[in-house]
Amino acid sequence: MEEMKKAILEYIVEEYLEDDDDEITFDSPLISGGIVDSFSMVSLKRFLETKYSISIPDEKATPEAFDTVDSIATVVNEFVS
Amino acid sequence: MAYSERVRETYQQQLGGIKDAGLFKQERFIHSSQAADIEVEFPSGSALKNVINMCANNYLGLSSHPDVIKAAHEGLDTRGYGMSSVRFICGTQDIHRELENKVTEFLGTEDTILFPSCMDANAGVFEAVLTKDDVMISDRLVHASIIDGIRLCAAEHDTFKHSNMDHLEKKLQLHADKRFKIVITDGVFSMDGDTAKLAEMVSLCEQYDAMLFLDDSHASGFIGKTGRGTHEQCGVVGKIDIITTTFGKALGGASGGCVSGRKELVEMCRQRARPYLFSNTVAPVVVSGVLKVLDILSASTERRDKLETNADYWRKGLTEAGFVLKEGDTPIIPVMLFNAKLAQDVSRDLFDEGIYAIGFFFPVVPQGQARIRTQISAGHERHHLDKALEAFIKVGKKYDILGKTKQEIIAKYGK
Repeated sequence: MEEMKKAILEYIVEEYLEDDDDEITFDSPLISGGIVDSFSMVSLKRFLETKYSISIPDEKATPEAFDTVDSIATVVNEFVS
Repeated sequence: MAYSERVRETYQQQLGGIKDAGLFKQERFIHSSQAADIEVEFPSGSALKNVINMCANNYLGLSSHPDVIKAAHEGLDTRGYGMSSVRFICGTQDIHRELENKVTEFLGTEDTILFPSCMDANAGVFEAVLTKDDVMISDRLVHASIIDGIRLCAAEHDTFKHSNMDHLEKKLQLHADKRFKIVITDGVFSMDGDTAKLAEMVSLCEQYDAMLFLDDSHASGFIGKTGRGTHEQCGVVGKIDIITTTFGKALGGASGGCVSGRKELVEMCRQRARPYLFSNTVAPVVVSGVLKVLDILSASTERRDKLETNADYWRKGLTEAGFVLKEGDTPIIPVMLFNAKLAQDVSRDLFDEGIYAIGFFFPVVPQGQARIRTQISAGHERHHLDKALEAFIKVGKKYDILGKTKQEIIAKYGK
């Protein structure tokens, strides 16, 4: 789980943060905090599905469920066999 | 009656939530025509106040230009008030096609189709030309109307970091398997006032076989040495596959917009774009006004040259006064305040000083990037800018933000 969170955090920093943005942690609010706009979640979902060879149904990929690295890891874990 | 108390209360609570969050938008009633000097009733019921408008999209000062008004009157007299039809039934007059041809020539494209607004053009264009086998790759700061258009389209969607060409290239590589790729950007980004790196985007699109879409609403008429837009400034006229733009800003400021570009794509919009097929034709009076605007701009660069001089003067004045600005070289000059309440307070105090400039904050701009967005016009004279600068400095001193860095302002007011 810890490894997964690190990988997700690393992707989010690389994909969404600009150089002068503050650092983020596992519990930083990503969508409600304006770091990831709900529209750009598409690429995050695609990354998770490719990396963990899973398919996350749209109803599970809600802005609430994807709001922190912690909560994203929980969703991903549900689908990783 | 189906509008029960339960329904009413739900909406009242939602509106209360918007008010509590400080996000409730209130209109200010202008009693004059659009210009640098306007008469405003604000708050509602107050006595009229003469203020200098520093936040209109009236970049070229043509919204109330006598020649444009005269042409609009003539259009009204000769072609009537309305057409009571969509274009393809009985809503196309000779002047509609004349305007499409003139816009094509002005922008240096292959063909053009008019829409009731650029919002409609952006809402309709992607669905008309793309399928689920394609991908749209958009800059993260594109206008809300483009986002709506993307949502309506079956093609896959991805984004790249604002103006980050390395990130764009990665996305073009990632989506190499798609039938068509289209890169989507604004020409001038309306909140920051910066310009897209179009030359680099054109070469990336050529390298990776992608089309390029440009919304030039905040550029058409004044960016580039003859005002054709960002594609002129970046030396890529003829290389943009789709340009959308508006007649509601620099080009007269009334309403209407268009899709201009490759002739097959324009024709697809004529056959398939829903906002074109299912909404009314652009009113003859507006078409007549825009035709005159394009004549004025094709005859002389005087207005865009004056706008450039004004914008340079304003940016230099604010910089020397010690404000933190977003970098750029367009007439959109955001004064950065970072904190939402500070932006609202500064806007209110400026209004008291006779300056109309609006505060923008999350969710319109990213969290912690609240600002006053100023927009310069060729309709501003030097005395307008000097008076506005004086007011900005007075208010800036009151809040002790002059000469302060971003970090110092955030330390004092938070973000």
